[in-house]
Formats: sequence, structure tokens, C-alpha cells
Amino acid sequence: MSVEAKTLEERQAALKGLGTSRKRVEDARFTQGKGNYVDDLKMPDMLFGDFVRSQHAHAYVKSIDTTEAMALPGVIAVLTAADLEPLNLHWMPTLAGDKQMVLADGKVLFQGQEVAFVIAEDRYIAADAVDLVKVEYEELPVLVDPFKAELPDAPILREDIADQKEGAHGPRRHPNHIFTWEQGDKAATESILESAAVVAEETVYYHRTHPCPLETCGAVASMDKVNGKLTLWGTFQAPHVVRTVASMLSGIAEHNIRVVSPDIGGGFGNKVGVYPGYICAIVASIVTGKPVKWVEDRMENLTSTAFARDYWMQGKIAATAEGKITGLWCHTTADHGAFDACADPTKYPAGFMSICTGSYDIPTAYLAVDGIYTNKAPGGVAYRCSFRVTEAAYFIERMIEVLAIKLDMDAAELRRINFIKKEQFPYQSALGWEYDSGDYHTAWDKALKAVDYPALREEQAARVEEFKAGKTRKLMGIGLSHFTEIVGAGPVKNCDILGMGMFDSCEIRIHPTGSAIARLGTISQGQGHATTFAQILASEIGISADDITIEEGDTDTAPYGLGTYGSRSTPVAGAATAMAGRKIRAKAQMIAAYMLEVHDNDVEWEVDRFVVKGAPERFKTMKEIAFASYTQAIPGIEPGLEAVSYYDPPNMTYPFGAYIAVMDIDVDTGVTEIRQFYALDDCGTRINPMIIEGQVHGGLTEALAIALGQEIAYDELGNVKTGSLMDFFIPTSWETPNYVTDFTETPSPHHPIGAKGVGESPNVGGVPAFSNAINDAFRAFGSTHTNMPHDHWRIWKTANDLGLHA
Amino acid sequence: MIPGRFDYHQPDSLTAALTLLNDLGDDARVIAGGHSLIPMMKLRLAMPEHLVDLKAISDLKHITVKDGSISIGAMTTQAELIGSAELALSAPIVKETALQIADPQIRYQGTIGGNVANGDPGNDMPALMQCLDAEFQLSGLDGQRTVKAREFYEAAYFTARDDLEILTEIVFPVCTGGYAYEKQKRKIGDYATAAAAVLLTRGADGSCSHASIALTNLADTPIYCEDASKALMNSGIDDASIAAAVKSCLEIIDPVDDNRGPAAFKKHAAGIVLKRAIDNAWSRA
Amino acid sequence: MTKATISLNVNGQTVETQAEPRELLIHVLREQLEITGPHIGCETSHCGACTVEIDGRSVKSCTIFAVQAQGSEITTIEGLGNPDKLHVLQEKFKEHHGLQCGFCTPGMITRAHRLLIENPNPTEEEVRFGISGNLCRCTGYQNIVKAILAAASELNETEVA
Repeated sequence: MSVEAKTLEERQAALKGLGTSRKRVEDARFTQGKGNYVDDLKMPDMLFGDFVRSQHAHAYVKSIDTTEAMALPGVIAVLTAADLEPLNLHWMPTLAGDKQMVLADGKVLFQGQEVAFVIAEDRYIAADAVDLVKVEYEELPVLVDPFKAELPDAPILREDIADQKEGAHGPRRHPNHIFTWEQGDKAATESILESAAVVAEETVYYHRTHPCPLETCGAVASMDKVNGKLTLWGTFQAPHVVRTVASMLSGIAEHNIRVVSPDIGGGFGNKVGVYPGYICAIVASIVTGKPVKWVEDRMENLTSTAFARDYWMQGKIAATAEGKITGLWCHTTADHGAFDACADPTKYPAGFMSICTGSYDIPTAYLAVDGIYTNKAPGGVAYRCSFRVTEAAYFIERMIEVLAIKLDMDAAELRRINFIKKEQFPYQSALGWEYDSGDYHTAWDKALKAVDYPALREEQAARVEEFKAGKTRKLMGIGLSHFTEIVGAGPVKNCDILGMGMFDSCEIRIHPTGSAIARLGTISQGQGHATTFAQILASEIGISADDITIEEGDTDTAPYGLGTYGSRSTPVAGAATAMAGRKIRAKAQMIAAYMLEVHDNDVEWEVDRFVVKGAPERFKTMKEIAFASYTQAIPGIEPGLEAVSYYDPPNMTYPFGAYIAVMDIDVDTGVTEIRQFYALDDCGTRINPMIIEGQVHGGLTEALAIALGQEIAYDELGNVKTGSLMDFFIPTSWETPNYVTDFTETPSPHHPIGAKGVGESPNVGGVPAFSNAINDAFRAFGSTHTNMPHDHWRIWKTANDLGLHA
Repeated sequence: MIPGRFDYHQPDSLTAALTLLNDLGDDARVIAGGHSLIPMMKLRLAMPEHLVDLKAISDLKHITVKDGSISIGAMTTQAELIGSAELALSAPIVKETALQIADPQIRYQGTIGGNVANGDPGNDMPALMQCLDAEFQLSGLDGQRTVKAREFYEAAYFTARDDLEILTEIVFPVCTGGYAYEKQKRKIGDYATAAAAVLLTRGADGSCSHASIALTNLADTPIYCEDASKALMNSGIDDASIAAAVKSCLEIIDPVDDNRGPAAFKKHAAGIVLKRAIDNAWSRA
Repeated sequence: MTKATISLNVNGQTVETQAEPRELLIHVLREQLEITGPHIGCETSHCGACTVEIDGRSVKSCTIFAVQAQGSEITTIEGLGNPDKLHVLQEKFKEHHGLQCGFCTPGMITRAHRLLIENPNPTEEEVRFGISGNLCRCTGYQNIVKAILAAASELNETEVA
């Protein structure tokens, strides 16, 4: 059958465009072990770097003796802060307007901090040399509790800025205080709280955890002194930003730096920041003139690269006696560790925590966040969520449950009567966001129906009776969660990182024979961009996704973009792709009209071709047009068929979803079982349902981990207690359930294809669902709230405190 | 995580291995499956100058059931224990326990000898061996001796084995009565929060004719619960006798606070796990 | 410290290399033999990204010295299929979206390969238990399990035919 004889539907299907569960093009190399991750790179004469790290959480560095290490055969150099200082590289700027030591400059502020960098011929010699570097410390009192940071006897951590009364985000009231960030109307909110019929209060702690991708962070730096060009391969979620930072720090002109993100073994926010290892690898390569590889081990990853969360959220929620919410108040104490290295857009030191009014029509609200220094690792990244959005969602979804208890109301019903209604969109939230679209009631009703919610509640009530009668020792928890995300950062007028506007980009070249390559400013870490961006483009320009190569991650070839995190790739780079595709189509229209000898306006687009209006037998396919663009001299039109788009999103997108977890809890051992998990996601237009489902499965499993045990815990001396995968909880296939996924589809009105992003929704919505299930199980026994992680002993403790073991 | 330097030795006979240990003294460590030792070496918490690998000594790998007695060579892997049809018939509790150790890959490498000899209180086999009243064969250049599992463990990582001896074989009686190894852990691959090995035999009159209980990771050594075992023996198994046995066991354990939880929780969990093990074992007796 | 000559049969090829006794098999495979399919994820034998097959056993190659593998037959992901003919497991992982970032995939497939040899007709529970020594941070395992079950079923059909 010739192409022309195909029906419209067949031509549509052949594109493998939007809505197709297209198989991933990435998988051929990954399933054959032919991925190309940073530690797979091997270059002639490559050296290996390794860190001497502090075992102390707070200490002065009295001396560093590298003599013995330098004497070891195969050791090339040992760098300390003193070596970096002349280059002004002993400190580096953080993404949050602070600065961070690259190597310990006189003191160390957290366990695992980088003290010296050994460069050796191989990783074995480097490790031996690390042991031979003698560091003399003078221990200092340690601060691990942010609530003790401003007490009179608190040690001053950041002596370098102790006298600075003004930080990057306004006044500092104490040397250990970083910023206060306020949103909303404090006076109005407090007045509502005073007069409200019902006020529920709770302090909700979202513990410290870590993104812990299976591949740790690493880099290979290669300074080509002949050509003056530095190439840096590494685990970068934002390669262009790394190039700009590297240029600003090193003084090497930006065009002489090439940053490449090869395949990345998962990111989840861990690979957004710039780490001392990258800087040291660059310096080491400049110093030695050889390529230098640095790859951290798992312990280094968990203890020194960016953590996530550590938010103490004190909340008050006001409502009428009938349960209509009238106000929300939140004060958050944010433990940022030793340096403020939060990866947030510049103007948002607490990220988008102000989305904490959630899915609810809350007329008045106030949020204040205090950032605090402690002797812990820096970070505060968005671990599989948009900036601080999982914190916000967890907070409001817990507060709703707490309010439901206070009102003695069903928590599903309480949500329903407070949801923002479909007709209220675009909705202006009390904390300043314009929610683009949503249909929460439809999603909620679908979810409740899918799990037969009334039957679950009946079963739960019966279980409580059985428990009280001594017939069972297992309680049942129903975890409800309706989350609203805010992703796709973001509009350049509000959103920047180190001054770089958070647009993204796509550049398309159509080849003469009608296939194409598109390059983007983002970088996949497993999301399947090479598959899905080709689908967006296929639908826009009528070339099969199979004939489109997607390339990312090489700053020499890709257009500038801000990278992949915060579910921004589809909302921003996906939009850029569609917009660039439309530019291609606009030019193609003129070429087609010329070829068909009609006026531009007399042809119209149909799947994969331009057709003369009213004469369907007269058309030119995109393939023919592409060929013509290179082979025909068309008056007034440049040869070739290329386009580039830099997309500045007019607004964020607001994916949402309804999740329900059903869990059984053994009150005697604290052991939990996930009996059922239903996840309905609305991410707007669905590009690839297969990939969406995979993203949801993965995000839910990370949520499960966080809610049920995954934490970076410190003892009172600042020692990390959970520094390996023995204690840092990552569920195996055995602890992970099967999930049921579902969807509604409410397209974003401002996104070119209506897509909203999905990769992070399951973590944002999943954590409250799991935590609410655990908390809900104890509701019948008088418990209002318990903090995560809900591991065995903490659940046991809840039961014990409630007298359930008597 | 890079281990320090060492010399590697792979003797092909027990005598050769013992001679090496004798010659190398304190600088040498025996390596079996390596899944306890190698991570310690990678963290440089262990830095032996010589490793004496027992893998080539074929005498150390066997499962023999004869005359009511089971003997297992020290280098027999957990996977081999699990896969042994003979063992499944003559001592099914061994398979039940081995399946709860670590994960599939580690069970292919990890050996019963390494698990019992290392003295790690988190290991599962030591309590099982105490429950089975196993005997460990220790060989030195001067000859062999036998130490009962119940007398082998002195403190965490301290055992009755002399540094110059090799644990070669484990011997215990066939046990076909009721059995259970119950283990609470945070996830696959974890050590026990609390675990209990229980053997119960139902006598002709329906009462318990033999009982043996031992516990894992609830003190710095495995705990054989002699009093509780004796109390259950020759008694009817009922709620009261089980409760008394559990109470007696809990009195002699001494768990420590760690990431799995505080001691009070572990004590409570131990009681639950033990009761479940007794119930389960009795239901199989 | 002197290096030992280590002779291995890797993916059907006999190879010889020099390594210090302390060199871990994963490093010798990746850096000397340029077999970079197996990855390093945790280094404490929890994640299984480094899984290879040694003489019919699934082994975490980060927790064995290369010298201990002397004379062994080793199969890595590179030995399971080739671009012209993928192994059924590789096909099924692609078909069922059993991978995302790909970092755990070589170890996961290598482990699944041994699992299906030992248990050609596993239940879902047996698959979940059988791959519990391999961590994945991306997929939530659901599609991995589906892929392995589909591979088992196809391998069984092929056998019957």
C-alpha cells in the first residue's frame, strides 16, 4: 500500500506522535550494557581524584600534612584550600546566593566535608593516599538541632559571614540564621484564626532524606592546553548552567568550555547542584594537563551531596463548623545544613512552598520560612518534586487530615467541600499563584469510586471493633491524598537560577530526505526524552518519531537550556519543541504553497502534509517539502528547513492527582503491608502513556521509601547514622507493591500541547498517601499526627504511646 | 571504597591453610564467602596483610546426612543449603533460615562456616546452630577439637576459635519435628531487628517432648534460651506455657539501640517474633 | 605489591589480565577488560548493579576480588545477546518498559537470566524474591517483574515448540 493510499488514521498512527505508548529508543543500548555513563569514560593518561573528608561535624582544621601521601608512588598532587585560594576557587557560589567551601578553609562544618583532593594514577592509589593525608582538627561544639541555632550558647557555624546582617534573601537576625521568607497576609490570617469556629494545629516534620540515584555523582575534566579548551563530562542535570558557572569560576571563556552530560543513572534532584568534586577535577586537570576523573562512592553521595527536605512545618488551619476552610497559617523552620545550597529559583529561597494551600480554595493564608544553618551537609534539593513542593503537599494533606479529626468529619468529604471548583480556574491562590487548570472533583470522585471508598471505611470500622475485641492485632489505614503540583519553572520574569532565566530551548533541523534531529537544553536521566520529545515533534511536523533523533546534554551542540528537574522538561522544553516545530511548519507551508502554485493561505495542514483547500488530491508531504527546501531555488525563501525556539513559559503548570493507599499495620511489631494503592494522575495532555505509567510506578516507590523509612539521620555529634544502603532505606522488589494507575486529562490552557509534566507527581502525592494511611490507622485510638519516617519502631512507639500494647 | 593491600593465598588443603595461618600469624585472615570481610576491608575497618581463601579446599564443601547426624562443610554456601533436598528432609529449618539471609546473590557466595565463625551478632546461623545444638569442628595444626555452638560465642566478633584455627565442619542431629525461624527485618538484605529459631517435637502423648529456642541479634552473641527450652519440654504447649517461655527468654536478652529502633522496641518485637515462632513450630510438630 | 596473572573466560572468550590481589572483580571487568555493562552503585553489596554470573552463580562483582575468580567462566550483560539477536529478557525489558535510567538494567537482566535458568516457570512472588538483591530507583519494579514473567513464558513456549 502506498503512503498516499493510507487513511488519515493510518497516517496519524504512523507518526507515533502524542498519545502513543511508543517503545523507548534508549532501551537498545541500556539493555545491552552499552549505556555510556560518566564512570564508563576512559581516556589516555587519565588520572583519578579522591577526597580526604572530615570525620568531624564541626572543627577547626589546624594543619594538613600531605608529605606521606605525596611520597606514595603514583600520587601526582594533593590539593588543599591553600592551593585553590590563589585561583579564588577555594569557595564557590551556591545556587541559593550563599557560598560553599570547595575544600575546607580553616574549618569543617559537616561530617563528610571535603578537606583535600588527592590526584593519583588510579583509584586504588588515590584511596591509599587519602589515608596518608594527616589532618589535625580542633573539635568545636556541634549544632544539629535548628531550634537551638539561636540560643545564647549556640556555636557560630559560619564565621565567614557572622557579621553580615543581610543575606541573599534579606535580613539575618543571627549568625546561624539564613533568611526569613514571608508570603501572604499575616495579619488577615491571624485575625481569621482568632475568630474561626474551628482551628486545628499541628507541627509536621518532613525529615531529611536524600535522592540517592543508583549512579552516584561524578565527572571527568579534560583541559586541552594546546587548544585552550576544557571539556567536562559529568552527572549534570543542568549542563549549560554548569558551563556558565565553570566559566565564571575558572575565568576560562565560556566558548572554550564544553560540558557534556552522558547517560545519567538517575538524578531525582541529586545532580542539579555543583559539587566540590567537579571543581577539583577541573583544577586538577588544569594543573596536571591530563584528564581527571572523580566519582564519589555511595557513602560520600549520601553524606556530602545534596540532601532533600528537613522542614519543620508548624501549621494552623481555620474552618467553619461545617468544615469550610477559611484560613491557613504556616511557619517553617528549614534546616539547610552548613551552606545554603538549596537548588531553588533565585527569588524563592523556600522554593514553591507557597503552593501549600494545595488543592483547596483557601481565601486567606500566610507562610513564613526561616532558613537555619546546622552542622549537616548542604543541599535542600527537589528530590523528585518541584522546588519544596512535596513539603508543601505533605503539609497541607496532613493538615486536612488533622482538621478532619478536629471536625470529626470524613477526610474525603472535607477535601471535597474545599476543593477549588472547575469553574474557578484560572484560580488565584491566597499565596500568589495562578493555578492554570484543574478538575479536582471529577478526579476525586473517580478515585473514591475505583477503590469503593465507603466499603473500605466500613471494613476499617469493623477492624477497629475486632481489634478492640482482641480478635486481631492488625489495624487498617486508608491514606487519602489529593495533591496539586506546581511545575515547569518557569516564567523568566520570576524564575532564574544564578541569573539565568528559566526558559528552555529546542533546535530542529530537517534533513533533505525528510528525517530530523532536534536538540534541547534539557537532559534525560531516565525519563525517556529521546522517545517522548520525538513524539511531540512528530505530531507537530508530520515526520514519524522513528525518523527523529533527539539529542541533549552537549553544550557545544545543544541550545542553551536550564536542564531537567522540577518536572520542567515537558512543560518548558516540550513547549519549546512544539513551538520550534510550528516554525518549521510555517516555513514548510510557504514551500508547499510554492510547490503547489497556490497562495500560502490556500493550503492547510493535515497530519503529515499540506493540502490545497478544497482539492484534497493536491498536497505535498513534509518529506517532499523537506527535499524541496534543499533542492529548489524558491524565491524569497532561504534554503534549508531549520528552526529554533527559546520558550519562556507564561505560567507554571499545575498537574494534580488523587491517590489512595490502603495499608495493614501490625501494632505489635510495627510491620506494615501495602494492600492496595490507586493512583490517578492528571498531567494534562498525555504524550506517552507507557512512560507516564512507568514514571508513576517509580515515583510512588520513592514515596514509599521516604514515608516508611528512608532518612539521613544524625546523632547529636553530627555523625551520619544512615550512610550506606544497609541503613538508608531503598525498597527492593519484595517490599514494593503493584500499583493501579488511572488518569483524567485536563490540558494546560497555556502550554502549546496542553502537557503539564508527571515525573514528580507520584512522589509529591505518594508521600502524603502513605503517611496518611499510617496516621489514619491510629485515628480511632486518639492519635492526631505522627511524623515520618513510619518505620517499624516508630509505628510501634505510636501504638505503645496509645496504650495498644497493654 | 577501596581495600588496602594484601597478599592472596589459595591453599588447596586444610593442612596447607593451617600452615599458612601459623606462618603468617596475626597478619592473616581467613576468607570464605567474603560478604562480611570484603565490605569491612573496603571501609578499611579491616586491613589484613594476607588473605587465606578456603575456596579451593574441596573437603570443606559437603552436606552429609548419616546415622541421624548431619554434617556440613564450612564452605557450603547458603544457596547450597537451600538447594539440598536431603537437608530439606532432615533439617528443614536450615533452609527456612537460609532463605531469610541477605539476598540471592549473597546466598550464592555466603557460607555457613563464615556465617557462624565470624561472630557477628547480626548473623542468623549462629542462633540456629545453638537451637540445633550443633557442634563446630575446629582444626589447628595441633589437631582437631569440637566446640558446641552454645559455648562458642563470647562477645561480638569474639568466639572460642583460636586465630590459628579454621572452623571446618558443623555437625548437628537430624531434626524432623516442628520448626520455625521467624525474623523481623526492615527489608530484604537486612539483619534481624529480632529473630527466633525454635524446634519443638510432639511426643507420643501429644505433649512437647523436646524444645529448643535461640535468638538472633538481641545481644552481643546469639542467645540460647536454656530455661525456656527446658520449661517447654515435657509440658503441654498452651498459652500459659508459651507466655512463660517468652518471658523467660526476654529476661536474658540485651538488645542495643540502633537504626532498627531502641532496645525497648526490640525487646517487645522479640517477644512477638518468638511467640510466632513457637506457634508456628508447634503447628508443624 | 606484585600483580597476579588472572585468567578468565568472559562471555565465551578467554582473557588474561594482571591485577593486584586487592582489585575487585568489578574494577578489573570495567577498567581492564572494558566490560562496562555491570555498574557500581553502592559498593556494599546491597544494590546488585554489578551483578555478573560466575560459574552458574549470580555474584555481586563489587564484593569479590578478581583473583578469587581465577579460572572462572563469567557472563555479563554483554554476553547475553547481541545487536542482531537480543536475549528474550532484553526484548521483554524493552517491550514492557522495564527500565528507565538503565543503570540497574545490566545487573537486573543478568540476575533474571540465572533466575529463569533455575526456575523456568516462576510465580510473580518468586520473581520478586529472586530479584530482591537488585535495587532499581526508577521503575518501582512492577514492569521489571512483568518483563521477567513475559520472558519466562516466551522461553517456555520456545522450548515446547
